[in-house]
Amino acid sequence: MYSYSEFDEAFVRERVAQFTQQVERRLDGSLTEEEFRPLRLMNGLYLQLHAYMLRVAIPYGTINPRQMRQLAHIAQTWDKGYGHFTTRQNIQFNWPKLEDVPAMLQALADVGMHAIQTSGNCVRNVTADHFAGAAADEIEDPRPVAELLRQWSTDHPEFQFLPRKFKIAITGSPNDRAVTKAHDIGLRMVRNAAGEPGFEVMVGGGLGRTPMIGHTVREFLPKADLLPYVEAVLSVYNTLGRRDNKYKARIKITVHETGAAEITRMIEERFAELRPLFGGNDQKLLAEIEEAFAPPAFRNAPIDAYDAFHKADPVFRAWADTNLAAHRNAQYAIVTISLKAHGETPGDATADQMRLIADLAERYGHSELRISHEQNVILPHVHKSDLPTLHAALVKAGLGTANVGLISDIIACPGMDYCALATARSIPVAQQIATRFDELKLEQDIGPLKIKISGCINACGHHHVGHIGILGLDRAGVENYQITLGGDGTETAVIGEKTGPGFAYDEIVPAIERIVRAYLSVRQSPEETFLETFRRTGIAPFKAALYDGEGAQDAA
Amino acid sequence: MSRRFTPKVVTANRLREGDVVYLTADDRWSPFHHEAELIEDEAHAQMRLLHAAAQKLIVVGAYLADAKPGANGPEPTHFREEFRTRGPSNYNHGKQADYAN
Repeated sequence: MYSYSEFDEAFVRERVAQFTQQVERRLDGSLTEEEFRPLRLMNGLYLQLHAYMLRVAIPYGTINPRQMRQLAHIAQTWDKGYGHFTTRQNIQFNWPKLEDVPAMLQALADVGMHAIQTSGNCVRNVTADHFAGAAADEIEDPRPVAELLRQWSTDHPEFQFLPRKFKIAITGSPNDRAVTKAHDIGLRMVRNAAGEPGFEVMVGGGLGRTPMIGHTVREFLPKADLLPYVEAVLSVYNTLGRRDNKYKARIKITVHETGAAEITRMIEERFAELRPLFGGNDQKLLAEIEEAFAPPAFRNAPIDAYDAFHKADPVFRAWADTNLAAHRNAQYAIVTISLKAHGETPGDATADQMRLIADLAERYGHSELRISHEQNVILPHVHKSDLPTLHAALVKAGLGTANVGLISDIIACPGMDYCALATARSIPVAQQIATRFDELKLEQDIGPLKIKISGCINACGHHHVGHIGILGLDRAGVENYQITLGGDGTETAVIGEKTGPGFAYDEIVPAIERIVRAYLSVRQSPEETFLETFRRTGIAPFKAALYDGEGAQDAA
Repeated sequence: MSRRFTPKVVTANRLREGDVVYLTADDRWSPFHHEAELIEDEAHAQMRLLHAAAQKLIVVGAYLADAKPGANGPEPTHFREEFRTRGPSNYNHGKQADYAN
């Protein structure tokens, strides 16, 4: 795994020292809150509803066991014994005290971690396919490029004061698991006619109050041109992006207002200027980074134990059938550890669970771990013969839930239980939906279904690209939930369609149940997924299930 | 014609801990909403907010929140303020745990 260089180490330590002094100056009154606020945000520290919140970067979702143990240590020492994994593959601590934050940052720096650029109008944590480096369908591991982008964007003098925040996602597979089309820049690895790997570059995607799918500005960009090209995009955006209106400041609006053709032309023009200035050092650096991402030494051993367990043990089979994904080495599997136990908070892990996951990664997973944007933890390389033992250990720790990709594997933002921007709660809605469908024992029968919940219009919960999206709003002082259907965050990305009027807090779970029952009754076969059914039938049968008879009930 | 003034409380977060607090009539910061001063006059509300905002070493982000009189003192009228009086709904953390007795 890639380790921070001396340069990174010195930079992070220096920042911790600076912030430590800034906190001291805030506490002794030398800095006002107005002066301090941008400084704390630069270091990932927010003030939320009930407390401060520290957002820690997990670059491209990759973390090692030592780092995971340190997160556990931080959770236990300075927080309430847990952490919350987010849709940007970061982790958030919900209860730090201001005077403890310097010590937390110091503890993070001890394991090569930090909270830099997890807030503010800069390039945020670059996210990547959580199966990177392991997936059977992958062309190349996208993480070396993500790491190159991290190094390039960290403290980049030209891009510290962009019109607005800037999010980049990257996938090395044609099958997009990183929601690249809903990012400011999405990078999807493809091959050209000659079979060489490169990137499809998409610009101007984004969710939030004006959801948009990214425009492809380059069908095929050679890998060696990536950094100058990304810099060209940022450069054009930095010049054109609107600083007069926060709500029109993201690049999606710039693309929309400028026109895809014109902005493509401008990017290409800027790229032509920048390309010759990159003398090849970026490629030398990339080659070094690539070495650090070399795959582990895979074991060659029989997998009979796995086959036997799969046949004999229905609990193991249910887990294996949902939580495993195809590895490029046929003897191996990619394991998704669900942080979505029915009724629990999506994405939360206790310190004990983090430690156990770290132990299991060392014992069975070549010491590799990933965090997914879907708020689960991945062991990317597990030999199939180890799966039964691994599964038993996970079950014991409450981490064996067999629901990945199913209705209870819900993305939920922190919502109004924590977030100062939220307009309604998300977490309890997710908890209740998961509990309800667990009671109904319908989850397996329903099959693949992604529910995504956001507690406000900013869409941290990616509701627009949920097969079922739920958006919590404040309607005249009451929580109200708007439903969208048919959203898709993959390479066939679509923004979901609104069903109509929203539902009150105590009506939203029954409403979801009506949608799901409608799906079960109109699907052509159990093999036709929710999304396939929706695409075939359109929204009509779901609207009917949601709203027909409602008037009658109201009148009664 | 000006609209009738909705009663308010002054609320903020403590600088050091981030905890939600309310300004009382005797100039304390209380963790309890019902101990807050219920302000029924707009000019007085502005004065109290200025007083709160000046306490830069104690609180952050002071603002006026709608409230109504209740049996034990002021009560919040909006759900957001109600959540702020107790803590998150997914765990027994925050005020609901810290002041359980």
